[in-house]
Amino acid sequence: MKKSVFFGALTVAGLAAGAAAAGTLDDVKARGKLNCGVATGLVGFAAPDANGEWDGFDVAVCRAVAAAVLNDANAVEFVPTTPKTRFTALASGELDMLARNTTWTFSRDVDLKFEFVGINYYDGQGFMVPKDLGVSSATELDGATVCIQTGTTTELNLADFFRTNNISYEPVPIETNAEAQQQYLAGACDVYTTDASGLAATRATFEDPSAHVLLPEIISKEPLGPLVRHGDNDWGDVVRWTLNALISGEELGITSTNVAELSSGTNNPEINRLLGTEGTLGEMLGLDAEWAKRAIMAGGNYGEIFAKNIGEETPIGLARGLNAQWTDGGLLYSPPFR
Amino acid sequence: MTTLTDPPQESFRLSMLINDTRYRSYTFQFIALILLIAAIAYLGNNLVSNLAAAGLNFSYEFLGQPAGYDINQRLVEYTSRSSHMQATIVGVLNTLLVAFLGCLTATILGVFAGVLRLSNNWLIAKLMSAYVEAFRNVPVLIWILIINTVVNILPQPRAYRGETPDAEMFLGMIAFTNRGVYLPAPTWGPGSLMVVATFLLSIGAIIFFRRWATKQLYDQGREINKLWPTLGLFFIPTLLVYFVMGSPIGVEYPELRGFNFQGGLQVQRPLIALWLALSIYTGAFIAENVRAGIQAISKGQTEAAASLGLRPGRIMNLVILPQALRVIIPPLISQYLNITKNSSLAIAVGYADITATLGGITLNQTGRAIESVLLLMLFYLIISLTISAVLNIYNNAVALKER
Repeated sequence: MKKSVFFGALTVAGLAAGAAAAGTLDDVKARGKLNCGVATGLVGFAAPDANGEWDGFDVAVCRAVAAAVLNDANAVEFVPTTPKTRFTALASGELDMLARNTTWTFSRDVDLKFEFVGINYYDGQGFMVPKDLGVSSATELDGATVCIQTGTTTELNLADFFRTNNISYEPVPIETNAEAQQQYLAGACDVYTTDASGLAATRATFEDPSAHVLLPEIISKEPLGPLVRHGDNDWGDVVRWTLNALISGEELGITSTNVAELSSGTNNPEINRLLGTEGTLGEMLGLDAEWAKRAIMAGGNYGEIFAKNIGEETPIGLARGLNAQWTDGGLLYSPPFR
Repeated sequence: MTTLTDPPQESFRLSMLINDTRYRSYTFQFIALILLIAAIAYLGNNLVSNLAAAGLNFSYEFLGQPAGYDINQRLVEYTSRSSHMQATIVGVLNTLLVAFLGCLTATILGVFAGVLRLSNNWLIAKLMSAYVEAFRNVPVLIWILIINTVVNILPQPRAYRGETPDAEMFLGMIAFTNRGVYLPAPTWGPGSLMVVATFLLSIGAIIFFRRWATKQLYDQGREINKLWPTLGLFFIPTLLVYFVMGSPIGVEYPELRGFNFQGGLQVQRPLIALWLALSIYTGAFIAENVRAGIQAISKGQTEAAASLGLRPGRIMNLVILPQALRVIIPPLISQYLNITKNSSLAIAVGYADITATLGGITLNQTGRAIESVLLLMLFYLIISLTISAVLNIYNNAVALKER
């Protein structure tokens, strides 16, 4: 009798804990800070700058969400995660969201119970080799030693690629990008493989980037995007539509410089709805009317963020390619704000 | 006349559970047990309800599914199509391999350093103290990383290429590279089984002969020269069979083909780095155990042996070390366990041990963190208890027998 009361109480406590974890939006507002998981240091995507401020393409998504929810783009606690620790950190509630070059896959979405809210970078897995090795195609890599970050989708693609091409390789498992870079430069492996954007970002930090080539083969689809825990749809909506606001912002021509001017009202009803001068979209999200305005002001629209962190003007030098707006022949396409 | 009567049987009262020392210890142990069970039940219930709240289930089905990743060092057959269970087995074997090699070299190193630290030679004694203090007082992970960096300084395989290569193979058959050491490997032709069998038989015969010789010495005081028959038994039958069977065992040399050395026996850098680091680190601890064991033996033993005319080397081997073993072995067991458990730092240098395969890649690819970690704990528990049990049996065998 007493025992059943005890376990009953435990069950109630457990359910209460579960219910409390469901309201991430309220948690973030109450805490006044967004816990955002990022990579441990990948220049251009997420890395602390000389002043210790986190900066980069993925970091900008965290800052936009913080600006939308908390009215402060700096109210973010950046939590560096490795490929190994990222999912546990998110699932356990240590993080509110993960904005870290993480590939949207079926099993992560369905089996691991995460929700990918969109795609902020369309990527694919590539190979980098030293130029003096004289290799021009990935199919010539028979017998090569390959540095690979463990616990990533790239690790699985790599095994599949070599197996289907009937060539062999020797993997060197490594935990972080920095370590992989060091091993690759020391010649402990012939090839470094990861997402093509990551390779470009890594190569940009080398002393002599021109001594290394990216092979033409892209062996997989790697749609990278921010994700949240499954089951908290309100919070998922906030992150999803913040990302969409950045993408729509570029499409509609809203930039960080003209957003203040545009938010006083325009002829375009979609801009008005997005910036809160018309309709109640912000209220529907559980935020105020100016949420999207703040998100865009934080770091600019998608195009501005891209150009500032990883675009062709930066050392990383990535072309827009697939990541151009749908109107420019790319894949970026935000559902309408209506 | 007095009669002896039984003392009156005291009836058991409930208060005796607290007041009577005979029962009190059981009472408190029982209460502790209940509390422990409640705590475990609370944690278990918490886990189950949290998993349910997150919509996750608890299942080991993932072990049967294809792992999808490759492993650089495998002692058994494994491809990326093998199951997670097979990946786990590869990891277990790799852990056992590095633990075994580590225990072996750490013991040799530790015994030498421990004995030499007590040497009368000032320089040697101080050098050994420096080694022991430096390695004992810096965390093992740091040593693993340092030794990995040192191994990484070796030339790349690329350096062996070309007309005038930057590096040359040692004796023309061993290549030291930053990816590992490539050694000549034996090739086994038909009939090689006979040669191996003959070799094993001669080893057995040597052991038998030496026992018989010792017995002769003890029983009849007759000293038989052991050296020449031993050498003869070791070489002659095996060589004879080898040539009779038509030289079935050959040697394959490593050769630079494509990106890497191919053929021969390859010992990879991660294994070398981890093995060296664990051996040198734990060797320092074992050295201290050995020193403590030797110092536990009364100095009179040394003096008595010396007065019999024994040389210092023989005093150590025949008088001091056999007695010191009794003191050395119990702490040695825990050092062996430490090596086994410290091998879980393997992923720092890219060695695919059980923590790297099951507790790293499998966990990460399947997202089954709780299942994987529980399994990992179970493996380490079994390995540790086994090592402990085996060494305790040995300890009982060498312990002082009191009659």
